[in-house]
Amino acid sequence: MTAQLLTFYLFSGVILISSLMVISTKNPVHSVLFLILSFLNAAGLFVILHAEFLAMILIIVYVGAVAVLFLFVVMMLDFKTSINKDNILQYIPIGILIGVVFIAELIIVLINTKFDLTNIQVLPNPLSDFTGKSNTEAIGSVLYTDYILYFQLSGVILLVAMIGSIVLTLREREGVKRQVVSEQLQRQGKIDLVDVKSGKGVDI
Amino acid sequence: MIELNQFLILSALLFAIGVIGIFLNRKNVIIILMSIEIILLSVNLNLIAFSYFLNDLTGQIFSLFVLTVAAAEAAIGLAILVIYNRNAGSIEIEKINALKG
Repeated sequence: MTAQLLTFYLFSGVILISSLMVISTKNPVHSVLFLILSFLNAAGLFVILHAEFLAMILIIVYVGAVAVLFLFVVMMLDFKTSINKDNILQYIPIGILIGVVFIAELIIVLINTKFDLTNIQVLPNPLSDFTGKSNTEAIGSVLYTDYILYFQLSGVILLVAMIGSIVLTLREREGVKRQVVSEQLQRQGKIDLVDVKSGKGVDI
Repeated sequence: MIELNQFLILSALLFAIGVIGIFLNRKNVIIILMSIEIILLSVNLNLIAFSYFLNDLTGQIFSLFVLTVAAAEAAIGLAILVIYNRNAGSIEIEKINALKG
């Protein structure tokens, strides 16, 4: 068993166990922390697959932003979970059934199929030789040329998400005094401009 | 050597865990959002595994886009959750029945 295989099994085992913990723990904070663990190990798998840039992006974006956002919301909202046992048990059979059907179908297909990757017709490879280039450089040289439209569209998606979440959570509160700039600028006749002599001062 | 099938089986298991999480969970919507994140992670793993074994960068590019969409979805989902909790006072799934579905 090579070191590569051993690392793969280590990472994938931790991913599977921590994902199971995500969906099974009672405390949502623990769920978020297990989700972070799962993402970190997935980043390790990405490094095994020579996708170093995406591994780092996964750590920065998921662990640094999304998981912290989850943690923030979990901590900020006050869950009052009043769950009785038989209510949970009611949904276990259908959940297990669907899960088992999913896993069985996918794994039966995967075990019986040996992918012959030499004969697969893929899209014409935009950058056929990455020799001497780092992963980040190769991604950049493709992303900003051949996939520039998708890149900009993903920027638009992020903009829409940002505006959407701001608009959703913005609210007018009662009794909060806001600064209205236009009213301030339109005040006429209430302001005196006084030319102060040096050393004399003014009377107010 | 690691084979492609190992990555595909891992990704299938992750996907199934996410789906089971959506069905089993009756406590709060946040766990469902996390299950969706797990599902998207498994899709990313699939794309990157194929990208490596086909020696083609396209999988990694699309994995990047999936990541973008996942981040946007998490932001909007959590915003909806916050405002729903503010209006209804609870995010228990059992009590979200305004549509009588």
